Amino acid sequence: MKQRLFEKRHTVSWQAFAVSLDRLERPASAKNPSPTAPLPVAAIPSAYRQLGQQLAIARYRCYSAALLARLNQLALRAHQQLYRAPQRRWLVVLQFLTTDFPQRVRANAGLFWLCAALFYLPLLGMGLAVYQAPELIYSLLPPESVADLEAMYAPDQAGVGRSAADDLAMFGYYIYNNIGLGFRTFAGGIFLGVGAAFMLLFNGVFIGAISGYLTSRGFIETFYTFVAGHGAFELTGIVLAGVAGLKLGWAVAAPRRWSRGEALRQAAASGVRLILGVVALLLLAAFIEAFWSSNRTIPAEIKYAVGIAGWLLVILYFTLAGRRAP
Amino acid sequence: MRPTALAPLDTLCRLETPEGIELTLRVAGPVARALAWGVDGLIRYGALWGLLMLLMLLGDGGFGLWLIALFLTEWLYPALFEVYAGGATPGKKALGLKVIHANGTPVDWPASLIRNLLRAVDFLPLFYGFGLVALLSNRNFQRLGDLAAGTLVIYRDLPASAPHWPPGPALPPPFPLNPADQQLLIDFAERSATLNPDRQAELTDLLAGHTGLYGVAGVERLRTYARWLAGVSL
Repeated sequence: MKQRLFEKRHTVSWQAFAVSLDRLERPASAKNPSPTAPLPVAAIPSAYRQLGQQLAIARYRCYSAALLARLNQLALRAHQQLYRAPQRRWLVVLQFLTTDFPQRVRANAGLFWLCAALFYLPLLGMGLAVYQAPELIYSLLPPESVADLEAMYAPDQAGVGRSAADDLAMFGYYIYNNIGLGFRTFAGGIFLGVGAAFMLLFNGVFIGAISGYLTSRGFIETFYTFVAGHGAFELTGIVLAGVAGLKLGWAVAAPRRWSRGEALRQAAASGVRLILGVVALLLLAAFIEAFWSSNRTIPAEIKYAVGIAGWLLVILYFTLAGRRAP
Repeated sequence: MRPTALAPLDTLCRLETPEGIELTLRVAGPVARALAWGVDGLIRYGALWGLLMLLMLLGDGGFGLWLIALFLTEWLYPALFEVYAGGATPGKKALGLKVIHANGTPVDWPASLIRNLLRAVDFLPLFYGFGLVALLSNRNFQRLGDLAAGTLVIYRDLPASAPHWPPGPALPPPFPLNPADQQLLIDFAERSATLNPDRQAELTDLLAGHTGLYGVAGVERLRTYARWLAGVSL
C-alpha cells in the first residue's frame, strides 16, 4: 500500500486519538474548556495497540520519516498516559515514616554500624585528644572561629539568650546547611563511597574537636545543655545519610549479579528513601536546635532529660517501629 | 525495555514497550541542557533576589525564611517541576526538553529526587565537570544523576511538522530501488523545501549518473520519482 493511501485511511483515527490524548494531558478547566474527547478513556488502550501495529507496519514498509515521527510521537504520548506511576498521597508519607523507613534502616544494619564507626570513632578520638591537649583545636579551626566558639558558650554569656527572630534565622540556617550536607553526603557516595565516608569522618572530627575543646575549657553546662536536645536526631541523621551514600558506592564497587548501572539504580532507589527519612530527622533536629536548644531559661536537668528521651525515642523507633504490618 | 541507540551517529534512543511497540526518543545533548539550566538559574536566582529584598524587611527572622527558600530552590525546584509540570522545569520547557524514565514513563518523585540530589556530584569539581564527562561517555547523554535514577532528558516535540510536497507529476523510477534508497528519495522530496535551490541541485547532481539530468531538471526528476514512491498522486 502506498504511503498516501495508508495515511488517508487512518488519518481520521489518528486525529481522534491525538485529541483524546490532548484531553488527558490537559484536563478541561475553566480556562481550557475543550470539547469532549472523541474516544472514551476505556477505548484508549485498544486504540494504542492499533496505533502500535500501524507504526510497525509503517516502519516495515519504510514510509517517510515524517509519518514515522508523527506516529512515534502519538505512541509515546499514549505510553506516558498508560504507564504513569500511581499518584502519591500524603498517607504514603505517614506509612513511610511508621514502617518503611525503620525497616530500611534495619535492612542496612551492617552499613549502619560501619557508618556509625566512621563517625563516632573519630568523634570520640578527636574529642579525647583535644580534651587532653586543647591547643590541638588550632590545627582544625582558625583562631577567630575558636574565639567565636568561646564567646558563644562562655558561661558569663548565659543570660544573653536569643530573640525569636534569631531563632527563626537559625532554623533557616540549620535547614539550609544541615540537610544540604546530608544530601551532599548521599550524592558523594557515588564515588565508591569515598565522598560519603569523608563527610562522616570530617563531621566526626570537627564535632569531636569542638566538644573536646569546650569541655576542656569547662563550658560544660552551656555547651551540653545546648546540644542535648537535638543531638540524637542530628547525629543519627548524619550517620544515615552516610548509609545512603555508602550504598551507592557499594553498588558501583561491587555490583554482584547486576550490571554496574542496574546495581546503581537499585541502590539509588533504596538510598533516596533513606534520605527522605534523613530529611525528617534533620528537620526535627533543626526545629529543636533553633527553638528549644537555644532557650537558656530552661533548667539544665530538663534539657538533659529531654536529650536522653530523644536518644531512647530514636533507639526504640529504629528497633521496634514497622515490625508488624499495619 | 532497555533503551539502545539506533545508530552510532544519531541521538535517538529506542525503547520497546510491553505491547511490543518500538518507540524512538530524541535525547538532548549538553548544550540544550546547559541552556535550560541557565534559564532556570535566571528564574531561580531572580526570584530568590526578589524574595530576599522582601524578607529583609522582616529582619533576622525574614533571613531565616529566606534561607529555607534558598534550600528549597537549590534542591527541590527541579524535582517539583519535573513531577508536577509534565517533566520539565521552566528552563527545560523553554528549550523543548523534558525528563522521563528510561522506560518511557513520566518521571516520579523518587527518580526525580535522585537525579536532582546527585546534581551535587555532577556539579563537581566545578561547573558540571563530572556531569559532562558522564554525559559524553554514554549513548543516552545521561549524567551521573540520570544514571542512578534511570532517567533521560529528551526533546518533547518533533523537530519537523507535516512536510510540504510541491505539486507535480509522478513517475515510476526506471531503475530498481531497495527500501532504503526509496526512503532516501522520499526524505529528500519532503525536506527539499527547507533547502535552497543550489543545495537541492548540488545533492541531486550526485545522482546525475542515474538520471542523466543536472540542476533544476535533476531535482524535478527525482521529485517525480519520490511522488510516485510515496503515492502522492493518488
